[in-house]
Amino acid sequence: MLTKPIKIIVPAGSLGAGVREEEIEYGLSQGANVIATDAGSTDSGAAYLALGISKNNRGSVKRDLTILMKASMSAKIPLIIGTCGQAGGDKNVNWTKEIVIEIAKEINFTPKIAVLYSEQDKDVLKQKNDVGAITPLPPLGALNNDSIDVCEHIVAAMGVEPYTSALESGVDIILGGRTTDTAVIASYALWKGAPWGPSWHAAKIAECGAQCCVSPTNGAGVLLSIDNDGFEVEPLNVENQCSPDSVSAHMLYENSNPFELIEPGGILDVTDAKYVQVDDRTVKVTGSVWKEMPYTLKLEGAAIGRYQTIMLIGIQDPEVLGRLDEFHDKLLYTLNERVVKTMGLSPDDFDISLRIYGWNGVSGEKLPENTPAPREVGILFVATAETQEIASQVAKACNPYFFHFPINLDEELPSYGFAFSPADIDRGPVYEFQLNHVVSLDDPLELVRIKLLQL
Amino acid sequence: MTTINDVCRHVRSKNAGPFWITFDLFFEGEENFKNYSTSPSLNGELFKKLFGADPLTVKHFPVPSLNMVKISYGRSSPQGGEIERDMHAGQQFVRLLDVEIEKVES
Repeated sequence: MLTKPIKIIVPAGSLGAGVREEEIEYGLSQGANVIATDAGSTDSGAAYLALGISKNNRGSVKRDLTILMKASMSAKIPLIIGTCGQAGGDKNVNWTKEIVIEIAKEINFTPKIAVLYSEQDKDVLKQKNDVGAITPLPPLGALNNDSIDVCEHIVAAMGVEPYTSALESGVDIILGGRTTDTAVIASYALWKGAPWGPSWHAAKIAECGAQCCVSPTNGAGVLLSIDNDGFEVEPLNVENQCSPDSVSAHMLYENSNPFELIEPGGILDVTDAKYVQVDDRTVKVTGSVWKEMPYTLKLEGAAIGRYQTIMLIGIQDPEVLGRLDEFHDKLLYTLNERVVKTMGLSPDDFDISLRIYGWNGVSGEKLPENTPAPREVGILFVATAETQEIASQVAKACNPYFFHFPINLDEELPSYGFAFSPADIDRGPVYEFQLNHVVSLDDPLELVRIKLLQL
Repeated sequence: MTTINDVCRHVRSKNAGPFWITFDLFFEGEENFKNYSTSPSLNGELFKKLFGADPLTVKHFPVPSLNMVKISYGRSSPQGGEIERDMHAGQQFVRLLDVEIEKVES
């Protein structure tokens, strides 16, 4: 039981997105007990895990961390960051740790830091898989050990336990590897004995910062207040509001099921949750239920796939624009034929995709007949092959045809608009997510490494 | 002829992790929610036709308190693969807008 509410500053949807100093000051003035946010997600693709790099630039992460570390130091409250460096692999975490150490020196802060690593050893996972401890999540099937081997990096998304264990050691700052967004935010409250249903639900509502507010772009963060019977949420920007609709709608966001959220060790069920306006800026939520389940951690793996080279042209010629589908089909056929003839490749060795932006570039689907011709299109050429060298050679073989392909064969060769020379751009490999599986554990800390650091 | 766009005030799409895409159809008022949220026009076959989804993975979740239905499907190839054209799936909703929708028989 809590004797008073736990107040959590969630400063932004993600570290580096731009926290606001005045919002943090407001949160501290309301008696915040902790600052918690994630610093990443799988949203932007598998490249960040495969390469161990951040999506955000170093400067924006350092700026946000500086504001938050100063707040943590002055108010003497913990700062909790999860999924460090976008993907939460060991390299991503260490990149963030170096920035934190640098800032600590600059602001004369000597915090005790816990670093939670959740990158996984492939051999350990294979042993788990061999004894049937790894099970698939739909839509994937059973895990083959080969899928573990092809990954550059594999992380397990941690729950709250490594965080509560770190808080137990009296740390000022926690830097976590891959973690569920919700666990990062819920951990402090659960450590203090707050009820599980409201703590997890509050965390889900706040995980994208001001996204759960009436005006998602007016401000960056929210303040949570978790009590024995539920939780309240309000924007950190005093000009913004939360409404029952804005808050309850966020439970839908990026979640395939609007009523249930599966977390390590249980399921948050909000089927019977009630959302009530308590003042013009604040919503109170009750009725959130936590159902305990066998303990599992979700695995995420990133592999390097085939390589791509791209080229881009712009076309304004009305003759081509009036016959775009025909142009696409003829050009694609010609390019494929040319690569086979000039490079001696089999059609299975490479792929060419032409994406007509301004027409059907996003869907790739044929448009209804009589769709009016656009005024201009951009065509993106994408060659994919086993190595960068082959993809690059495919693009070079296609270059003269792609830039000068006539819609009518008896006409002089046109030149389409291209902006760069050389016109082909090697863009590296395709990074692919490999795993969508969970590993069953008796001990929530078994696959986590906790390092303590006193600056 | 009524389309999804006619009966919804807001339609959106988003990735839900690398292996799922989810659509939120917010209906214009309770009446439209009652008439259309469980329409047979929104069945798995529609998502197969428009997005190549396996109809068996298509899940429907009506949320009466918000007059909306969430529809999710499992992707045949994970987010960000070779054929990716919409990393966050944020533009996928557009293909739903002009789909004709039948009333639920009362």
